[in-house]
Amino acid sequence: MKRKLLCSLIAGIGLAAGGLAHAEVSGGVVKIGVLSDMSGPYADLSGPGSVVAAKMAAEDYVKQTGSKLKIEIVSGDHQNKPDVGSSITRKWIDSEGVDMILDVPTSSVMFAVAEVVKEKNKVLVDSTGGSSDMTGKSCNANTVHWTYDTWMLAHGTGSAVVKSGGDSWFFLTADYAFGHALEKDTSEVVKANGGKVLGSVKVPLGTTDFSSFLLQAQGSKAKIVGLANAGNDTINSIKQAAEFGIVKGGQKMAGLLVFISDVHGLGLQTAQGLQLTETFYWNQDDGARAWSKRFGERHGGKMPTSAQAGVYAGMLHYLKAVDALQEDADGAKVVAEMKKLPTDDPLFGKGVVREDGRKIHPAYLFEVKTPAESKAPWDYYKLVQTIPADQAFRPLKDGNCPLVK
Amino acid sequence: MDIFGIPVQALMGQLLIGLINGSFYALLSLGLAVIFGLLNIINFAHGAFYMMGAFGAYLLLNKLGLNYWWALLLSPIIVGAVGVVLERTMLKRLYQLDHLYGLLLTFGLALIIQGLFRNEFGSSGLPYAIPAQLSGGQNLGFMFLPNYRAWVIVASLIVCLLTWYVIEHTRLGGYLRAATENPQLVQAFGINVPRMITLTFGFGVGLAALAGVMAAPIYQVGPLMGADLIIVVFAVVVIGGMGSIMGAIVTGFGLGLVEGLTKVFYPEASTTVIFVIMTIVLLLRPAGLFGAEK
Repeated sequence: MKRKLLCSLIAGIGLAAGGLAHAEVSGGVVKIGVLSDMSGPYADLSGPGSVVAAKMAAEDYVKQTGSKLKIEIVSGDHQNKPDVGSSITRKWIDSEGVDMILDVPTSSVMFAVAEVVKEKNKVLVDSTGGSSDMTGKSCNANTVHWTYDTWMLAHGTGSAVVKSGGDSWFFLTADYAFGHALEKDTSEVVKANGGKVLGSVKVPLGTTDFSSFLLQAQGSKAKIVGLANAGNDTINSIKQAAEFGIVKGGQKMAGLLVFISDVHGLGLQTAQGLQLTETFYWNQDDGARAWSKRFGERHGGKMPTSAQAGVYAGMLHYLKAVDALQEDADGAKVVAEMKKLPTDDPLFGKGVVREDGRKIHPAYLFEVKTPAESKAPWDYYKLVQTIPADQAFRPLKDGNCPLVK
Repeated sequence: MDIFGIPVQALMGQLLIGLINGSFYALLSLGLAVIFGLLNIINFAHGAFYMMGAFGAYLLLNKLGLNYWWALLLSPIIVGAVGVVLERTMLKRLYQLDHLYGLLLTFGLALIIQGLFRNEFGSSGLPYAIPAQLSGGQNLGFMFLPNYRAWVIVASLIVCLLTWYVIEHTRLGGYLRAATENPQLVQAFGINVPRMITLTFGFGVGLAALAGVMAAPIYQVGPLMGADLIIVVFAVVVIGGMGSIMGAIVTGFGLGLVEGLTKVFYPEASTTVIFVIMTIVLLLRPAGLFGAEK
């Protein structure tokens, strides 16, 4: 009994002292909200896996640096609806003391959350939203855009495919902001590299049957069928393209946004030969493999997507900045610190966060292996080309970000 | 030769595709119409049963090594049995109440079933290959027709017509129809009406599962595949006339065609065109095209 009392007392003193030492960290804890699609079409590529990645970041950071930060993680489901996303964000910041929002797939939700975060002067580290406007005309001092964006996807896949002979394109485009942006960006790249765009068709989001649109693509005689869509739309269009003999008929598919969870869902038999651009692949080097194995153990054997890797890396860097400042209340100040500190993590390597909030790292053009080439579960990609960090993302001056003078 | 600026060949292709989609609509709305027409239940869980049918095929293949043809037989039976259990334990308590209670119960069931499958299998879906005997396709000149899709049209037409024939032109069908008009009287003739109702529900559910098995090689086997489709299928049933068997079949195929044409002329509207038609039909003929005014 006495011993128990003593223990509690010591623990209490420890807590109090901890509280004193970090008086500037709001509420004594760094509170992070993983806001994601937990149940809809993007739940496999981010969702619960992103929460696992964030928890690993918290544990690894404390273990590796011996930091005294107390880190708490909450998670929420924005259901891909901007209004739901911004109201969760408001609630988190106003009544639960959340300092930073993480993940946030779906561009429309990303922008809505970014608005709230800016208004409240907190931080958004977005790994999974796609629109490159986040670091362009909509950039702000409270947001870091981590993993990828539409400019990068368009340039990575677009120029590589044109250079390897795919000089005429037909687009299947998801009929909302993200799809339109991706088609426009890619069309420009295709034309700039001497290719032609023969046509496109706007497909309503959530269409399950793509056969009519694939017939139009087939009829266009374009060498490349560009998929300016995401998630289940991409999966269904690739699967049905195989059924209609598009690839056998000599046309090639180019997936502009394909995550490894999509390839896993399709199976190699259907996905083989598909070219895609990514900034992270779990099997790319020893650091990534070691981390991914640990991730897999905690996530039902599934390997991480680049989006989930970005959640981990982005959070590590955020924690570094908070630790350096010993403060997390002033979001703009923390983001400024994140831009000042060089980034270095086992997944994306060394890099920087640019003035416009864009995280800079290399990108890779991969081709999906054939079933015969794949040696192990989740062994899906072979590297075609590495795009160096300074070419992978839109040049700073071209984004028209108001922060860049 | 062009029609409204679209080459005839492309148009033919789209019509054929429309027919294929229409066969799914017909098969699904047929099950709904049977359940509504004979049991008076608005079965919102129909999409979930369709999804379970597809998962049934996937699990039979991957856990037991049973191929597509076995799945075509077994999956509807298994899912139909699940339907029977649900009818016996839950739905039968609601027959005396307003339609709305059945709708709410089945809607809740659908959410629960989808949630369970999503937890277990994730949201991005699982692959299911086209059976080897039906892979490949025919070059029809105006389009490439995958063999599998041709099979889907034929199979669903046969199933639809058989169902219609059984209900409208056989003695068993006669009992069923009589039981919905006057259950007490039919019971008095020594026919076990509750059992007949249970089996009818199981049959309707089995039809949904059959459509699910047929859809598995075309779409991803995913927890949300039914949720995506069910609203459209409800629109089909409403347009055809709630409870009308022939209405469900004809409008199923017809709306598939209309949707296919919309995809050529104005693709952006392809997901809404069916609801526009529904609105017009409801304004002009509130009971639907084939429905009888009550």
